[in-house]
Amino acid sequence: MDVKIGILALQGNVSEHIDAFVLALDRLDCGSSSAVVTVRHPADLEGCHALALPGGESTTISRLIDKNHLYEPIRNFSGGIFATCAGMVLIATHVDDARINTLNLIDMTVDRNAFGRQRESFETDIPIAGVDGGLFHAIFIRAPVATHAGAGVTVLSRLDQGIVAVEQGKHMALSFHPELGGDTRLHERFLKKIGV
Amino acid sequence: MKLEELRFGTELLKRGFASMQKGGVIMDVVNAEQAKIAEEAGAVAVMSLERVPSDIRKMGGVARMADPQKVIEIIEAVSIPVMGKVRIGHFVEAQVLETLGVDMIDESEVLTPADEQYHIDKKRFKVPFVCGARDLGEALRRINEGAAMIRTKGEAGTGNVVEAVRHMRNIMGEIRMLKGMDKQEMIDYARDIEAPAELVIECSERGRLPVVNFSAGGIATPSDAAMMMQLGADGVFVGSGIFKSTSPELMAKAIVDAVNHFNEPEVIARVSRGLGDAMPGLDIHTLRDDEVLQTRGR
Repeated sequence: MDVKIGILALQGNVSEHIDAFVLALDRLDCGSSSAVVTVRHPADLEGCHALALPGGESTTISRLIDKNHLYEPIRNFSGGIFATCAGMVLIATHVDDARINTLNLIDMTVDRNAFGRQRESFETDIPIAGVDGGLFHAIFIRAPVATHAGAGVTVLSRLDQGIVAVEQGKHMALSFHPELGGDTRLHERFLKKIGV
Repeated sequence: MKLEELRFGTELLKRGFASMQKGGVIMDVVNAEQAKIAEEAGAVAVMSLERVPSDIRKMGGVARMADPQKVIEIIEAVSIPVMGKVRIGHFVEAQVLETLGVDMIDESEVLTPADEQYHIDKKRFKVPFVCGARDLGEALRRINEGAAMIRTKGEAGTGNVVEAVRHMRNIMGEIRMLKGMDKQEMIDYARDIEAPAELVIECSERGRLPVVNFSAGGIATPSDAAMMMQLGADGVFVGSGIFKSTSPELMAKAIVDAVNHFNEPEVIARVSRGLGDAMPGLDIHTLRDDEVLQTRGR
């Protein structure tokens, strides 16, 4: 199939997400029949099979989603959503910060900056359910965690501090940054789920 | 679950943190109240310092790291990252800010240099650093010392964007020029600009600096900020431009919107209306040599 992936490009590490999806699509042999585009306005979502919510500052991105009239279009988006770090905060139903206008697409409660400040950011290898080929090198940067996930949510990975990888329906949310490490197994799993 | 090995303060974590700031506005603040205004306006981070650059110019004397008490108040007031400025070469000020929990350290020419020979050995720290640069050689020397982010220096505290433009054009232009060089020419060029050859080659391959590159030093209006983005900045630092304008809340929001829509003049026109006065500006040519900040550190 021809596949089109949108990357929400309001603020954050957009280009790294573009590169990671391009690489993942190549590895699935879909590189030539696919497009990765940036999403800044509601019209940009048209024809997209998936949308990535990148890392960045969740309070800033939430404000810009509202200002750019993207809240309802993302909430009603029919494709899968791939959310990392700030994206995981935005996609949740509950967040420990009233300024975030949550998208309510994955039934979970998320704490921002759950590990602490930048000096507490870390990288390590973690097991992720459903991802073959050994541990996943995960990069946590001022990362959030989910403290609670609803019955419809599949928890893929959990640390002492909380849940760090989940799926619900076509959506996936990760508190770490697979787009920074070159390992595209999670991207590939997500793409297969949306029918690539 | 027991994790085998948690690694902190790696190059990937430092550069990764910087990349999360892209497309954002980082605002200078001197107290908790200003920090809240900045966060509310949509800043991706705040830069804590004792006085904004235009006041440093007016008051003269030695400009140092902010009072740790102020830094703590700012850290406690906001949930976005808090950065802090230290003097060039002053590694103990940097140690202090790291201990306080500052998320990124700006080794800044805006403060009075503590060492006229050496910059801080930034690789010894767990927190990432941002450093100023006026051209490609200076940017790559800082990256080689461990800077995870570069900001073009501009001329801080002037409200005059001309130097910010000059420095961004220098860096982007030099990188474009590398495209036409073969490897030997690049090695020769690296020697000329006193930069490590492997970093020059990396810039050529990527078509950009190996780390995030923001613009700073003289941005005073939404149009200034959008121009720097169109010239290739990954984001902007605004110093005196916000809290020295007549309506800081409005100016802060307008600059965030202008950076977000930097290629949409109709949006910039809309957000620029009725902001009151921008900060008073200075003509660069009227500055005495000892008033020029950008030449500190090289």
